[in-house]
Amino acid sequence: MTPSPRHAVLGLLFALATTAQAAASPDPDLARNLAATCAGCHGTDGYARPDATMPVLAGVPAPELMQKLREFRSGTRPATIMPQIAKGYSEAQLELIAAYFAARK
Amino acid sequence: MLKRRDFLKSAGLAGGALLLPGLSGQALAAKPRAHVVVVGGGYGGATAAKYLRMWSGGAVDVTLVERDPQFISCPISNLVLGGVKTLADITLGYEGLRDTWGVKVVKDEVTAIDPAARTLRLADGGTLSWDRLVLSPGVDFQFDQVPGLDSEAARARILHAWKAGAQTVALRAQLEAMPDGGVYALTIPLAPYRCPPGPYERACVVADYFRRAKPKSKVLVLDANAEIISKKALFTQAFARYKGILEYRPNSALREVDAASRTALLDFENVQADVLNVVPPQRAGAIATQAGLKLLNGRWVDIDWLTFESVNTPGVHVLGDAIFPAPTMPKSGHMANQHAKVAAAAILRLLAGEAPNPAPVVMNTCYSFVDASHVIHVSSVHQYDAAQRTVLPVAGAGGVSTEASEQEGRYALAWARNIWADMLA
Repeated sequence: MTPSPRHAVLGLLFALATTAQAAASPDPDLARNLAATCAGCHGTDGYARPDATMPVLAGVPAPELMQKLREFRSGTRPATIMPQIAKGYSEAQLELIAAYFAARK
Repeated sequence: MLKRRDFLKSAGLAGGALLLPGLSGQALAAKPRAHVVVVGGGYGGATAAKYLRMWSGGAVDVTLVERDPQFISCPISNLVLGGVKTLADITLGYEGLRDTWGVKVVKDEVTAIDPAARTLRLADGGTLSWDRLVLSPGVDFQFDQVPGLDSEAARARILHAWKAGAQTVALRAQLEAMPDGGVYALTIPLAPYRCPPGPYERACVVADYFRRAKPKSKVLVLDANAEIISKKALFTQAFARYKGILEYRPNSALREVDAASRTALLDFENVQADVLNVVPPQRAGAIATQAGLKLLNGRWVDIDWLTFESVNTPGVHVLGDAIFPAPTMPKSGHMANQHAKVAAAAILRLLAGEAPNPAPVVMNTCYSFVDASHVIHVSSVHQYDAAQRTVLPVAGAGGVSTEASEQEGRYALAWARNIWADMLA
């Protein structure tokens, strides 16, 4: 992602601003950060190790992953642990996570 | 996954030697390169080192200071005690961080930190300076709280094996040497301590070993807590399956140890064992105190949950078991790995002059073996609460297994392989 000149100016402004004011800055890395919470089990950026049993998430189309996550949240897809974990994230957070993994090649 | 070639290319290093400046190298760059020093190469520190390099595209220099030559995992180490795994199975090198991610790995120990000068001293006499410092020192044992364990000789005889490595191998040797019909006693300190379910897992795995190898032997669990503090119903079920082998006694605080006779002195009785395994009370690694970081309860580092920065020492970020935990947050390797990513993201934003992510999320997954192949889990998700300025468990999320299963046994070992790669590969 290439920062636009506008972002660069904003960045400079934020650098000069106090932390409290800068806290309103949108974080372009939010999806990356959320997806990183999955990596302990599913591997860095969703690339689970080939000898492991957890599914690889990298490159899975977002609608496919979202459907599974929604089913985990609603309880219609039985599993040992994912129903409990999926309920910990908002729909918007899960959308960001699914889009992030879908974009991994 | 980012292949090494891709990472080095994106880091502008594909052509040749890695740019790994200590102090002087910064002068060579066109503009000053930020330098982050990470102290401690466990689940927190190793993850932080990798993610700082990965997420900065190599733009930030990272030095990892670790006193041990290799990483040895505490999770899965109870299986070494049970004879199911070997120490080699839970030992990994730091070469992935060095060769793939361009982390400068320094095998040394930090002896002093000067936060005002942003420098630290190494045991070999050298010094390092940093723009930001990450401390992931783990726990130190409060041997002074256990009379009778204050000498090296006593501690060589009464093991903790609560840091994986030589102690794990030595405790396994004690268990193997114990005659059939002997008693293995395990003492558990009051919470909080590293790995809440760990002692109960250990009791199960050793009981499973005894059932196979020396069935007249006993496991005696002496818990200072009033009840099993993690996965209680599931461990209660597991303990019931070891009836006649495993005995659990709550409210059994250890007051003193007589190392010579391997006796645990409790309030109302003395328990003599053939193998006595004391998990001592713990606190943040001593380097946190040396650095002047504010502690809570005199034991754990008080941090800002948006950045993992010490509340009284700007520029010093603390991860893992050493911090004062947020509500219901366990001291676990998985959680330290999660701390590291929040901290790494925040550090890169701060170095860029931007505010940290205002809504960090962390989650925990912890698998426990109840025998060589059956496993139970506990999970939780914790979201930042701006009003309370801490991370709080999400109501209705998280939970435990319905029952121990071999399926979760496979997941547990797969978890280990994936998280070790997430830290080190």
